[in-house]
Amino acid sequence: MLSVPLYADSTMPAAQLANVQLPDPAQEAKAKALMETLRCLVCQGQSIADSNADLAGDMRSLVRQRIAAGESPEAIRAFLIARYGDWVSFAPPIDRTTWLLWAAPVLFLVAGGALVAGRLRRRR
Amino acid sequence: MKRQLTLWLPLAIFIGLATSFVLGLRKPDDRLVPSHMIGITVPGFALPAIGTDISGLSAADLATGKPHLVNFFASWCVPCAAEAPQLQALAAQGAPILGIALRDRPADMRAFIARYGNPYRKIGMDPDSRVQINFGGSGVPETFVVDGKGVIRYQKIGPIADSEVGDLLAALKTAS
Repeated sequence: MLSVPLYADSTMPAAQLANVQLPDPAQEAKAKALMETLRCLVCQGQSIADSNADLAGDMRSLVRQRIAAGESPEAIRAFLIARYGDWVSFAPPIDRTTWLLWAAPVLFLVAGGALVAGRLRRRR
Repeated sequence: MKRQLTLWLPLAIFIGLATSFVLGLRKPDDRLVPSHMIGITVPGFALPAIGTDISGLSAADLATGKPHLVNFFASWCVPCAAEAPQLQALAAQGAPILGIALRDRPADMRAFIARYGNPYRKIGMDPDSRVQINFGGSGVPETFVVDGKGVIRYQKIGPIADSEVGDLLAALKTAS
């Protein structure tokens, strides 16, 4: 028995605003920027902006509708995180499980600096 | 001794990383996305029917005081056809099943239930996945247990296997 849902494609046309830009360029830019940071639930490695999956199209349509209604991009992200968890967002928050990810560049810089300083001192 | 260590440590780290990468490539992370709406009331919705003989579905149909199974399915979804016998078995044992048809046309849906049977008390058409997103669902088929107050209690991702019919009946009982 299959244990993974197969998301075959339906024969329905794409949702209203899945592939149609908003008339207001500023709103469309906002929507596009948000779509590039939301993860497609079906193809998982792609953003909803890049994915051809039906659900990604429906999510693009939802994003555009809400942006056109005046909702802020971060409110829409919060709406989706409430439904799917942080997993749906490509912009992970800083919390107990992710702080190391954010701190890693600084830690590596400090470690590298210490290494260089040690070498320079020895050479002198 | 210390010199030995600095000589071999990079190689050891490399072998460790390479092993984990190769293992990762062999067993790709094919993960499911569970709903984060468990324990939360279903946001309001009202979905149209496929015709006059089976009524459509709205959030009010969930908050009736008794738990329900809500099954997301579609006529174009092959695993949904595969789980039809299990849904029939659940309906035969008295489980109230409500259907939400994703991205579907009424005519296609009629043909689907004519062929595989109709275990559903009501079927709502969700043409742009809006209700699916509100349940935190990400594919078809998926089956949720919603309690009598309209709160989501349980999610089954993928087709229901024969062995899982009992699990769903138990989840329904727990929710009541």
